[in-house]
Amino acid sequence: MTARPAADVAIRVRGLEKSYGKLEVLRGVDFDVARGSIFALLGSNGAGKTTTVRILATLLKADAGTAGVNDFDVATQAADVRASISLTGQFAAVDEILSGRENLVLVAKLRHLKDPGAIADDLLRRFSLTDAAARRVSAYSGGMRRRLDIAMSLIGNSPVIFLDEPTAGLDPEARIEVWQTVKQLAGSGTTVLLTTQYLDETEQLADRIAILHEGRIIANGTLAELKQLLPAATVEYVEKQPTLEEVFLAVIGDKNGAAGTITREQG
Amino acid sequence: MTTYFFGDTAVLTGRTLRHVTRSMDTIITTAITPIAMMLMFVYVFGGAIDTGSDKYVNYMLPGILLITIASGIAYTALRLFTDMTSGIFDRFQSMPIARSGVLWAHVLTSLVANLISLVVVVVVALLMGFRSGAGVLAWLAVAGILLLFTLALTWIAVIAGLSAKTAEGGGAFAYPLIFLPFLSSAFVPTATMPGPVRAFAENQPVTSIVNTIRDLFAQQPVGDDIWTALAWCVGVLVVAYLFAMVAYRKKIA
Repeated sequence: MTARPAADVAIRVRGLEKSYGKLEVLRGVDFDVARGSIFALLGSNGAGKTTTVRILATLLKADAGTAGVNDFDVATQAADVRASISLTGQFAAVDEILSGRENLVLVAKLRHLKDPGAIADDLLRRFSLTDAAARRVSAYSGGMRRRLDIAMSLIGNSPVIFLDEPTAGLDPEARIEVWQTVKQLAGSGTTVLLTTQYLDETEQLADRIAILHEGRIIANGTLAELKQLLPAATVEYVEKQPTLEEVFLAVIGDKNGAAGTITREQG
Repeated sequence: MTTYFFGDTAVLTGRTLRHVTRSMDTIITTAITPIAMMLMFVYVFGGAIDTGSDKYVNYMLPGILLITIASGIAYTALRLFTDMTSGIFDRFQSMPIARSGVLWAHVLTSLVANLISLVVVVVVALLMGFRSGAGVLAWLAVAGILLLFTLALTWIAVIAGLSAKTAEGGGAFAYPLIFLPFLSSAFVPTATMPGPVRAFAENQPVTSIVNTIRDLFAQQPVGDDIWTALAWCVGVLVVAYLFAMVAYRKKIA
């Protein structure tokens, strides 16, 4: 990895270690995330993705190593780190008993913003939740919950956003909606650290990919760089079959999603 | 961040209070067991219990109020446990807010929810013939002791809510507390109990609290019982608070 000037680095992780009793979850993790980029931490269950995110979000203390977010140290400047980040955890962290709008107003108030009601209404519109605004979240579908969860994370325009497995348990349509939101976020200059175990999701979204395996980063680079780790591609002629995802989306008539997928492949 | 402590706590308390007002069944469930006990003791067992007082409902109401609080705080633990498992606790803790406000919101909500349940139980007791000639000051003293008792038990509930592994576990700690009044002067005079039971009953916190409230309602001098009662409440409160803080620190790293 080439060294970047500090100003361009939003997240800097060095030699991060964490054990739960005898179980070593992180054994020296290093990576940098460039400002305004989407960085994917790819790994299977138990690889240490969530532990890394929890340390970066000041919810967990590392045993060794350092981590900085937005030029603040997570251990010694935790309050400044919290003012720089927004966390969307593995499970949609929404209040089931409140309505969607009340959830958004709550977060806007806690971030001490002016006119929480207007902020809430704007986000409800952007995430197609206006019709469900007054309904209790316990009546929402999984996809609606996730959208609300991500909308809550956008309040306050944090420069760094952590998305821990944002599409786990979502149907294909909802996944594509989440992907579009993440792309928009990065487009507006937000740094996104994404954890996922889905390879297609990583290909779709990430500017840079790190593979976390058994508590260490075993590969780190752009998609093109990672592809070079394998022997050079050989040319074979194979009939192009549509993927099941393309079929599914075409059959249910979701223009957005299907178009998004196709555009991406052409690009 | 301390500049926002009161504002953040108020916003978060508003949230948890809505949990109470939108599930009034928790208030009804809290009040129904003490009310059922009150009906049983007054109309079934009460006639056979000689307490030396004119009305049995007057005698047993203080103990019933403590049982109400002991069952009410099970919901405090459950509400906190739900926040822990749903991920919303983590969301709040990762935000630039006064972090301890999340805990205080649950504590304040517990006081309000228990107060509502206590009022419901007292109204039913009045319908069943409970009467007291106590003045405003005596009622305020009763309210103060009940509030202190609720606060002490609430911090025990916070320990349970923070450290429970299952929702059932989060509520189970309340059962011994609910039964403690039966081994006290709440329903029968301790003088009728056999030696070791009597020794336990006379020296556990509930007896001094029950005796104090009963004397306040009956316009009798409260004697030393009130100091013993206050000492127990404050003692339990301080110890529970310290253990709750240990459990909290473990959770927030």
